[in-house]
Amino acid sequence: MEPTDAELIAAVLRGDASRFEPLVQKYSPRVFATARRYARRESEVEDIVQEVWLKAFQKLKGFRGEAPFEHWLMRLAVHTCYDFLRGHQRNRETPFTELTELEGDWLDRFATQPDTASEQAEAARLLVARILDQLSPPARLIITLLEIEERTVKEIAGLTGWSIPLVKVRAFRARAEMRKLLAKMSKEKYL
Amino acid sequence: MNLAELQRKLIAAARADRPSDRVPYAFEQRVMARLRACPTLDEWGLWATALWRAAAPCLGIMLLLSAWSWFSPDSTASSTDLSQALDNTVLAAADLDTPADAPR
Repeated sequence: MEPTDAELIAAVLRGDASRFEPLVQKYSPRVFATARRYARRESEVEDIVQEVWLKAFQKLKGFRGEAPFEHWLMRLAVHTCYDFLRGHQRNRETPFTELTELEGDWLDRFATQPDTASEQAEAARLLVARILDQLSPPARLIITLLEIEERTVKEIAGLTGWSIPLVKVRAFRARAEMRKLLAKMSKEKYL
Repeated sequence: MNLAELQRKLIAAARADRPSDRVPYAFEQRVMARLRACPTLDEWGLWATALWRAAAPCLGIMLLLSAWSWFSPDSTASSTDLSQALDNTVLAAADLDTPADAPR
């Protein structure tokens, strides 16, 4: 019978560090999927995930077991991803005149006949990735958690440690920031 | 261009683009190797280091404040002698002439 998370954690806290590996094996897919929302390069993704596990190991004493280990770990992962965004926010500004032909064609199609511009298109995915890269760290985090992952405000507050009113304020600002970027993009393309 | 509709379509595209949960080969072994290489956090040691580091600045501030209070001139014209004030207060009742003692 496989040991439970609580048993593995207790063993690690008693000094058997090798019992941490099953936890790493079990939850790494989830942590990788989260990190890939915030970093494009695979080397950066691996760095983020390693950092998450390092922090999890060092802070394991602080895990009280009131909530599932996965929730605690995902909170740590979101914090680490946010720190990564803040550390890499210097080179966000890229002009929209550098859109690829694929992206430009998709935007043209959207401008003339919005219904023909499919959300499933690769170009749409590239465009939204470009927009997300240019958002400020809190805006990107909120848009990712709230709009893309469709989490509730309460869940986001739990993951980020922000109060519910602060999440709402940041969500309002993030949407406005995204609209501003879209306006800038359409202006640069068509003027 | 309808920006609200554009935003909606792009968010929908992001939702459909689920990130991969693929874990690189031997990633767990690399993490465990890194954990073994890292020294375990000694919280008491950290506290002790922080307190020692704070001791020198605290000593400096203490010396500065002592020098300031030693060398700063008195701000009041007359010195405040609290012991004299206490004597005056306690003995004030004894100095008062009571109506019973007053000569008729």
